[in-house]
Amino acid sequence: MKVKRKTQIDSEIPTASMPDIIFMLLIFFMVTTVLREYSGLPISLPKAKRIEKLKSKRHTSHIWVSKEGLISIEDKLYASDGVRHVMYEKRVSDPQLVISLKADERAKMGLISDIHTELRKADALKLNYSSKTAVD
Amino acid sequence: MAGKRRFKGGEIPTSSMADIAFLLLIFFLVTTTIDMDKGLGMVLPAEGEEIEISKKNILNCLINSTGNVLLGGEGVEIRNLSKTVRQKLVENDKLVISVKAHKAASYRDYVAVIDQLKRANATRISIAESN
Repeated sequence: MKVKRKTQIDSEIPTASMPDIIFMLLIFFMVTTVLREYSGLPISLPKAKRIEKLKSKRHTSHIWVSKEGLISIEDKLYASDGVRHVMYEKRVSDPQLVISLKADERAKMGLISDIHTELRKADALKLNYSSKTAVD
Repeated sequence: MAGKRRFKGGEIPTSSMADIAFLLLIFFLVTTTIDMDKGLGMVLPAEGEEIEISKKNILNCLINSTGNVLLGGEGVEIRNLSKTVRQKLVENDKLVISVKAHKAASYRDYVAVIDQLKRANATRISIAESN
C-alpha cells in the first residue's frame, strides 16, 4: 500500500552562494601568493646537485652578486665592506636569518671570500649558495 | 507612446557565475609560481672562532684560477672529487676538508667543489681565506 507524501521535501543543494564561496577561495589564493618583491641583478646561477630547500621565505635575505662584481641587497648597491652593517641589522631583528647568496657563476672568488668575511663579522652565519638543479 | 512589453524577465543568469569564478580561480592557481629558493647550505664559523686541528686531519683542497683542483697535493678532476674524498673519509673519519680558492677562481668551480664534497657526505668543510 502506498502512502502519499503530504509535503514535498526540497532536496537540492543551494547553489546561490556557490559563486561567493569560490570568490572567497580566489581572494584567499590571490592574497597568500607572494609575488617577488624585487628582482635583483641579472645573473646565471651555478648548478649543483646536493641542494636543499630554504625553509621559509620570511627568514631569508638575498645578496645578489653579478659577474661584474656588483653587490646588491634589496635593490641597493653596496661595496663589499658595506654588507656588514646591513646584514648586522637584519641579523639583530631576525636571529633565524638565512642568507641566500645569489651569485653569478662567473663571479670571482675574491669577492665571494670578502662577502664571507663580512658575513662572519656581521654574525650572519647561515649561508646558502643559491643554485640550480644540475642534471647529469 | 510606450507599447506593452512582452518580455519581462530582466535578470542576469547566475547559474554560470560559479563556472566563471572557477575559471578565474584555476587561472590564478596555474599562473602563480611559488619559486622556492634552493641551494647549497653552509654554516660559516663565527668571528674569532679558530679551532686548532692537527695536521693529519686536514685535507687541503685548492682551486686555482683556471678551475683546476688540487686535493692534498694531487691534481683531481672536479667530477671525480667526491669519489676520492669518500675514500679518504673512510680512511679517516675526522677529516676536515679545507677549501681554498684563488682570488680569480670562478664561483662556478667553487660551488662545484662544495657540491662534490657534499655528495661525498663530508660534513666538516672549512673555507680558508684566499689571500
